[in-house]
Amino acid sequence: MSVVTVQLGQCGNQVGHELFDVICSDALEDQRKGYSTASCERFFHQTAHGELVARAVLVDMEPKVINQTICRSAKSGRWRYGETSHFSQKQGCGNNWAHGFCVHGPRHRDVVEELVRREVERCDRLAGLMAMMSVAGGTGSGVGAYITRYLRDVYPKSFILNHLTWPYGTGEVIVQNYNSVLTLAHLYHHSDAILVHENDTVHRICSQLLNIKHISFTDVNRVIAHQLGSILQPALTTDSNGIYSRNPLGELVGSLACHPEYKLLSVSTIPQMPSSSIAYSTFSWPGLLKHLRQMLISNSKMEECIDWQVQLPSASERTRTLLGSSFNTSLANLLILRGKDVYSAETGSFEDPALYSSWLSPEEAFNVWKSPVIFNKYEKSATLVSNSKALLRPLDNMLGKAWNMFASRAYIHQYVKFGISEEDFLDSFTFLEQVISSYNQL
Amino acid sequence: MTQSVVVQVGQCGNQVGCRFWDLALREHAHVNKKGVYDEALSSFFRNVDLRRNDGGSCGVGGKIENLKARAVLVDMEEGVVNEILQGPLREVFDSTQFLTDVSGSGNNWAVGHMTYGSAYREQIVDKLRKTAEHCDCLQCFFLIHSMGGGTGSGLGTRVLSMLEEEFPEVCRIVTSIYPSAEDDVITSPYNSILAMKELTEHADCVLPIENQALVHIVNKIKHMSHCGKPGSVIKTDTTVMSGQGGLSRAEKPFDTMNNIVANLLLNITSSARFEGSLNMDLNEIAMNLVPFPRMHYLVPSLTPLYTLADVSVPPRRLDQMFSDAFSKDHQLIRADPKHSLYLACALMVRGNVQVSDLRRNIERLKPSLPFVSWNQEGWKTSLCSVPPVGHSHSLLALANNTCVKPTFIGLRERFTKLYRKKAHLHHYLHVDGMEQSYFTEAVSCLNSLIEEYDHLDATKGRLMPDAPRFSIAR
Ligand SMILES: Nc1nc2c(ncn2[C@@H]2O[C@H](COP(=O)(O)OP(=O)(O)OP(=O)(O)O)[C@@H](O)[C@H]2O)c(=O)[nH]1
Ligand SMILES: Nc1nc2c(ncn2[C@@H]2O[C@H](COP(=O)(O)OP(=O)(O)OP(=O)(O)O)[C@@H](O)[C@H]2O)c(=O)[nH]1
Ligand SMILES: [Mg+2]
Ligand SMILES: [Mg+2]
Repeated sequence: MSVVTVQLGQCGNQVGHELFDVICSDALEDQRKGYSTASCERFFHQTAHGELVARAVLVDMEPKVINQTICRSAKSGRWRYGETSHFSQKQGCGNNWAHGFCVHGPRHRDVVEELVRREVERCDRLAGLMAMMSVAGGTGSGVGAYITRYLRDVYPKSFILNHLTWPYGTGEVIVQNYNSVLTLAHLYHHSDAILVHENDTVHRICSQLLNIKHISFTDVNRVIAHQLGSILQPALTTDSNGIYSRNPLGELVGSLACHPEYKLLSVSTIPQMPSSSIAYSTFSWPGLLKHLRQMLISNSKMEECIDWQVQLPSASERTRTLLGSSFNTSLANLLILRGKDVYSAETGSFEDPALYSSWLSPEEAFNVWKSPVIFNKYEKSATLVSNSKALLRPLDNMLGKAWNMFASRAYIHQYVKFGISEEDFLDSFTFLEQVISSYNQL
Repeated sequence: MTQSVVVQVGQCGNQVGCRFWDLALREHAHVNKKGVYDEALSSFFRNVDLRRNDGGSCGVGGKIENLKARAVLVDMEEGVVNEILQGPLREVFDSTQFLTDVSGSGNNWAVGHMTYGSAYREQIVDKLRKTAEHCDCLQCFFLIHSMGGGTGSGLGTRVLSMLEEEFPEVCRIVTSIYPSAEDDVITSPYNSILAMKELTEHADCVLPIENQALVHIVNKIKHMSHCGKPGSVIKTDTTVMSGQGGLSRAEKPFDTMNNIVANLLLNITSSARFEGSLNMDLNEIAMNLVPFPRMHYLVPSLTPLYTLADVSVPPRRLDQMFSDAFSKDHQLIRADPKHSLYLACALMVRGNVQVSDLRRNIERLKPSLPFVSWNQEGWKTSLCSVPPVGHSHSLLALANNTCVKPTFIGLRERFTKLYRKKAHLHHYLHVDGMEQSYFTEAVSCLNSLIEEYDHLDATKGRLMPDAPRFSIAR
């Protein structure tokens, strides 16, 4: 089954490019034919000359990033984008979500839909759509939210996954919190699952785990691509009987209990280190999983920052409200293990009922996928996708800052100009407060 | 790629504009060694093959034939424009781009705005449309004018509303030269206040510049070059010093001052003209820096201005540049942003500077800069990889800051002094279409603008509680 990716705006296109690059080199690296074939079928189609062409549509409102992205993929020599699978205009949305959502989205939806349909028709079987974008700018966020809604109408039965890059706290776009609030509130209605990477967190991984001195967006995007790739590459599910899972997006959504109010997924991967050190390091599954579990319950995205003090709440505490406690309750978790001796890895510690809300049994709340194939040079690698309270604090911060700005009605006229009213803002605020409150109940 | 059009009105507007075109050509010549008409050039210049009869422009990628500025030049007298036509920049403009009359507006806003505005309306709109038609994707108009005279201030602001009517979707950024307190033009307070109302109501962004601040900067530069301490040598080939290396040789009185303004324009457009790892589109300026529609006055500051760095710059110097951008001496109006209140701030950096340099300096400076409570993280940044000629890097800061208020208050005082005596008023009221109400409305418009800044200033230093959030009932 195949996934069609839609890359939107500068960030979506740049991150998307790195993702295809990682997936392609991983697929071609391995000698096991089943894995390679499954991966290629999932993300690429082959031309008559045997070239790999990404199943992707590139969308931006200005041409520069798309031109660059297409050039870079062609230079790799291993894969490329389709010659006519992109759409750009001459001028970006100027960081204005309303410009993207109300003007460019409706104006260009038919062209974009046509491009997506061509990719979909190329798939023998469609597993679903994945839209990638940042939430802070104008194009990825505004056009992205509009197109996601439109694709939902056109493909009512397909899975739609959104990958979102959340902005740095400071420095690039002043209205980023408004744009983020509007994007999340709109996507929430139409997306099946929303997978989030925060730039600040990934940046810290680059500096503290990968020891990169001058960190560029390419470095950040490689980390995101590595984590995403480890989720999306073929793996064996519990009941797949040794055949690589056929329906990656559906199984992801199903495993993580995505629900109208709970769709925010966070990711952590272990280990991550400078490529020069990988060859000299050995890992044991028990060690990796112990760390990853503590990363989950203490909500740290990096092995280095694990707070070992955080404990599972005892049975008596479970009835008390856990607000303010640093323990991170999960609704559901999906663990993906790749590499050597993967079948010997013992994952029982993730099935402890104390990790989860009481709504699901641990068997329902926890799933494991495994693949014996070494992923992206790491002998062993574990990734946890988590539907938990992990994103509660950043979401709450984002909303709080946007709300403070909104209280002064600052910048609102820029949105009104393109057709987003104060009421639209209020609806988005109310809706996200609801999401926050729901996650708080976990 | 997008294009912009410069509209220069009146003596000051045209003199500043020409310094911009001169320096812009020099900058492109420095970067573009191959003589190819590239996207960077196309943002402000057309490439015209004069052998073709249709006078049409050539596309990007070919050899440079004849570069024509995307500009419209308007003055109601002929002196300045004739000088341009005889000067070294004559090749850059077509006769069709000019519009002149013979007698000037006599330092009278009403003559410029009403008399000439009505008489030349069609012709001006026609020229604007023609220039716009040459653009593939017109993003921005840059209007350059003075506030003190009659043409720039009166007709210039009339042109501004023509732009709004004819091209409502194209961003309007206005560079306005404010008169000094001792300005030669006696009626300059009238003209400025009348023009302010137009700017407040019809511009997307205004970059206010005070001649007094420019004079101060120029004097300081001259002083430093005379008592040249070692290490503070002024390089004569940098763009702040006039003429040298550029197209025009003879130095005119305003040239050095105008070069500073031209540098501001070079830097603000650099991200639109050249590549960079963090581009800022021109329409992102208003989106990020203008929280309320009328409060669109962005105080510019420019570094380096005094110490002109050498090619290899130790890190301390780079950080010094960031500090300087917030000091009083580097503002293009006489103001002290550090002791006023920031609504938002953009840092536009050129040269070999990394995102990490930006982050470090913002972190370092933030504690000393008061920001309005709801925009504590109100920073917008851009990086353009091409530095200005003669420098390794440069920084333009645009501050939406309540420090513009004293300039407006000073202007209002001078206005009131004249207006109380009804001095020269009859010259205005004679003009067809002009009425006393224009004066009263213009002052009350300015009053309410000043009040809006007052309100924000009043929040300064007070600990503002977070707005209470919705509580969700379960
Ligand atoms: N991780 C990552 N973040 C990026 C990248 N490029 C931009 N961003 C982030 O994306 C946000 C800005 O959004 P962009 O994607 O540049 O904007 P856009 O979607 O192109 O929209 P407009 O340019 O406003 O029309 C900021 O939060 C940046 O930090 C990238 O390559 N990687
Ligand atoms: N910085 C600077 N200021 C100038 C220049 N020329 C004139 N000014 C200032 O502009 C104001 C006078 O306006 P001008 O631009 O000369 O007048 P105008 O727009 O041509 O209008 P009229 O001459 O009345 O038709 C005064 O405050 C001058 O100090 C210049 O080249 N540079
Ligand atoms: Mg963009
Ligand atoms: Mg004049």
